[in-house]
This record gives sequence, structure tokens and C-alpha cells, in this order.
Amino acid sequence: MNKKRFFATVAALGVVTIGLSACGNGGGSDSSSSSSSAKITAVGSTALQPLVEKAASNYQSQNKGVNISVQGGGSGTGLSQVQEGSVQIGNSDIFASQQSGIKASKLVDHKVAVVGMTPVVNKDVGVKNVSMDQLKQIFTGKITNWKQLGGKNEKITVVNRAKGSGTRATFEAAVLNGETAVKSQEQDSSGTVQKIVSTTPGVISYLAFSYVNDSLQALSIDNVKPTDANVETNDWKIWSYEHMYTKGQPNKATKEFLDYIVAKKQQKGLVKKMGYISIHDMKVSKDANNNVTDNKN
Amino acid sequence: MDKDNIQVHLMKSSKATREDYFGKTICYLCIGLITVLVGCILYFITSRGIATFTQNHVKLGQFLSGTNWNPGVLDSHGNPEVGALPMIVTSFGVTILAALVATPFAIGMAVFMTEISPKRGTKLLQSVTELLVGIPSVVYGFVGLSVIVPTVRHIFGGTGFGILSGTLVLFVIILPTVTSLSVDSLRAVPVHYRQASLALGATRWQTIRKVVLKTATPGILTAIIFGMARAFGEALAVQMVIGNAVLMPTSLVSPSSTLTSQLTTQIGNTVMGTMQNNALWSLALILLLMSLVFNLVVRVIGNWGKHKYES
Repeated sequence: MNKKRFFATVAALGVVTIGLSACGNGGGSDSSSSSSSAKITAVGSTALQPLVEKAASNYQSQNKGVNISVQGGGSGTGLSQVQEGSVQIGNSDIFASQQSGIKASKLVDHKVAVVGMTPVVNKDVGVKNVSMDQLKQIFTGKITNWKQLGGKNEKITVVNRAKGSGTRATFEAAVLNGETAVKSQEQDSSGTVQKIVSTTPGVISYLAFSYVNDSLQALSIDNVKPTDANVETNDWKIWSYEHMYTKGQPNKATKEFLDYIVAKKQQKGLVKKMGYISIHDMKVSKDANNNVTDNKN
Repeated sequence: MDKDNIQVHLMKSSKATREDYFGKTICYLCIGLITVLVGCILYFITSRGIATFTQNHVKLGQFLSGTNWNPGVLDSHGNPEVGALPMIVTSFGVTILAALVATPFAIGMAVFMTEISPKRGTKLLQSVTELLVGIPSVVYGFVGLSVIVPTVRHIFGGTGFGILSGTLVLFVIILPTVTSLSVDSLRAVPVHYRQASLALGATRWQTIRKVVLKTATPGILTAIIFGMARAFGEALAVQMVIGNAVLMPTSLVSPSSTLTSQLTTQIGNTVMGTMQNNALWSLALILLLMSLVFNLVVRVIGNWGKHKYES
């Protein structure tokens, strides 16, 4: 008897829950202004993830019927998932054509922000400026001591990003000129790199601007400082777009969300606040082959 | 009429029988589902893992003995650079060293818990080991990164990242596994063994060393193997302190990379079906085969134990 009553209660509760949630959904879509209960999933780049997450939660509070879920997983994951059609948006730090195994012609590129990256070193090395050529020689293993750059007599330890990561692809395209990086430590998370560089003597690595803080020394290259203004004019060469790819043209709900991120208001506010650079401020553009052209034609 | 009714009633299965069938069906369904699931996992990893050899035409010998890991890049002979040896060596290195370091501590704790201070000691150490199990491995990794790596760098030089730091982190992670399984095997030693030994005039220490530990040896070996399996598969904590450089380890403090740490750092950056992705699945296949080997070893030890002490 007791058992029966228990199951009956569970079943009743289940029915009530389903009923309530159905009502909740119905109410939600009624009050929504534009698209009715659309579901958007964005997967990929961990560098872009914080921005999309914040934008999504702001967007959802204004458009009740839209349900956006944002996940990380890396640029490769984002691109392959959107290519397979299992998600609506694939976030990536790199152009789809740069990723092997992706048919870029099937995907539509939506550039939502720009990210600048800078080499960072441990504070104790005593070097604040390097030339682009010296930087290349450090990462290809030809310069191995900070003494050679006028710093402390200390071995250089290179911490690279994981092979195939968007940050690494951007950095190598700008710095290495097609040469192979020295075999070294690899880390896949910006947070870990930040921690390692700040605590380990003699270490050099590279990070997005938003991860640089007082515990690290950002290097200038050829006396150009890593600032947003220098990225906008391409005086600072190490930067990339943050892409949100869709398979073919996006559907209505997805398009509205993408338009929301690209809109002036978000670009001036949220994008800047989160440490990215607005695409509207860029005075140059870059294509997948790293050719830079002036925007004012 | 009445007779028929009784017959029908007797021929019908009773409520208890029906419940019995119902329970059995659920049981078999679950078992079937799990079996199918395991089969699918085995098939999926194997089919993906051998694609490197069947589709990309990498030679198995080259894969197992090569030291250059750069899938997607071709070497001077036009072959893909997929040599997994540095990762295999490092994985075994940290696993074996961690087991070597953890075993004396685990056995010490187990003996203390079962033989020396069975009541209070057991309670205290039991809660300690349970606490250690409950801590997620990312926390161990972070502690390793903030405490062990700088300490190792201070004492042994290098950058601090490497097999030694990995070993120290894994030691704490596998300690509870090895300890609790050792405790079980020590408890399984019959009391009359101890009583007989003591009655013959052996001291407590002699009894523990020559009777209890000897009898429990197969169980303790199993415990160590389980600990090693745990260490071999641990990804996150090791990844944070090992350095992730696909280099042959030259010393205990040179950055290197385990199979799992390569897998976790790379898998998000590759696309299904490409060479880079297939190469990672091959690493996963090695991990799978190793866990099968560990299971097999446990079986063999179990049989040997039965043979030695129960016949």
C-alpha cells in the first residue's frame, strides 16, 4: 500500500511539473517581443566564450522566448559542430579556411570582435622590449638566454599554447612566418598560462590582452606597445577576429542575436568592457591569408 | 464450473511469480544495455583509433617508437609525424613512480588501521582517506601548480614541471584507492591465522610481517594495480603540473607529456576525421588497451592468490 501511494505521488508530481513547465513556456513565448521560443546553441572558442555568455544572458533578459546556451570546447570543436549542423553557431578565433577538415565555403562568417595578443614574460627577466625578429628567434629556439636580449642571465623557458588553438595560430601567423616553433611546454588554458608566467622565472608565453595583469610583464615589439589603439591601426600585428560561424545563412532568431552583438551599442559597451576590441573601431581588415588592407578606400 | 475455476486459478502464474519475472526482466534489460554500451565504446574507440593506420597509412612501429609528435605536419620523407613514444614513456613513468611512492604509505596506513589500532585509528584514517577521495582532481592539480611545482623547482632545479611533480600529485590521488583496497585484503585474513601465530610465540610484529602481510599479498598487489590504473588514466591534475611538452623525458624535472594530458589539451582543437583527430583517438586506444591489461593483471593475481592459499 505504502509503495503504491509513493508511486502515485511521484506520478502526480511528475504530471504537475510537466504541466507547469508547459504553461511557463507558453507564457514566455506570449510575452516575447519577436521570435517565439527559439533555441540557439553556440559552441567553440574559449577566448570568445565569456563575451557570448554575457551577451546571451543580457539578450535573454530582453527577449523572454529565446533560449541561448553557450559552451566552450575550442575553435576546432565549434567549427566542426556547426559544419555538422548540430549547433546554430560555431565560435572560432581563426578563419574556417585555416582549420583542416572544414569546408569554409559552406559556412557564413560573422565577425563580432577583435582580440589583441601580446607576448608576456615573468617580471624578473629584465626585458621590456624586443624586436619582431628576436621574438621569432625566441620561439624557434635560437635565442635561449635573456642575457642575449640585455636582460638577466637566465635560461628562457617557452610556454606555448596547445597545437591548433586559435591563440597559437594567430601568434604563429604574425610572428613565426611559417617556421616551426621550438618543442616546449604547452598549455591549453589562458588562466593556467597566466599563473605559470607570473610564478615561474624566465618564462615567456603569450596571452590575449584581457588576461594581462600586473603580475606579468607584457613585451613591446619594436617599441610599439600592446594597446587597443595600436591594434586598430595594425601597428600592433598580433591580433585576430572573433568569428561566429553559421551553416549557410542564419535563421531568424540566430540572425537577431548576431545583429544584437554586432550592434553599435554592444560593441561600445559590453565588448569593450570585457577586454575585446570593437570591430567598428578597426581601421584595417585582415583576410584568412593574413593580408592586411586599409578600411578607408 | 467450480472445478474449472480452480484449474484456471492454478494454471495462472501467481502475483509473486509475475513480480519475479518483472524484476528479472528489468535486471536483464539493464545488463543488456550496459553490455551494448561497453561494446559500442570499444567499437567506437577502436574504429577511430585504427584509422590512423588504415586511412592515414601510419606504420604501427613508427607510431609506437617515433619521438616526434606533430600530426598534420609531414616529415622529410612525406610521412606524418606521429611518434607516441614520449607520451607512452611519460605515462608509464609517472604511473610506476606514483605506485612506488604510494605503496609503503598505503600499506603502513592499512596495517595501522587493521592490526595496530583497529578502533580509533580506523575511524580517523578512514575519514581522512574518504576526504581525499572526495576532492576533485582539478583541485589537486591547482595545488600542484601553486605549491609542488615551485617547491620542486627550488629543490631540484629546472622549471619544476615534469614527471616528479606529476608523481607527487598522483601519489596523493591514488593513496586512498590503494589504502582502502589494502585494508579490505588485510581484513580478509582469517583471525585464526593471527591466533595461531601468536600462540606459537610470535610477536605482534612477526605475526604482521610473516603471516598477515604474506597472506594478503595478492590482495595488496591488486590494490597497487588498481592504483596504477587510476594514475594512468588521470588527466586534469597531471596536465597542470607535467608541462605538456611532447619531448622524451630526459630527467624527472624536464617538461613532458602523458597520453591523457595530450588528449585533453588537443581534442577541442581538432576536427573529426582529420589526421590530427585520428592520431588522438589512437592515443585513446592505447589508454583503453592499457586499462584492459591492468584488468587482466588483476585477474591473474587473483587466480594466483586463490591457488596459493586456498587449495
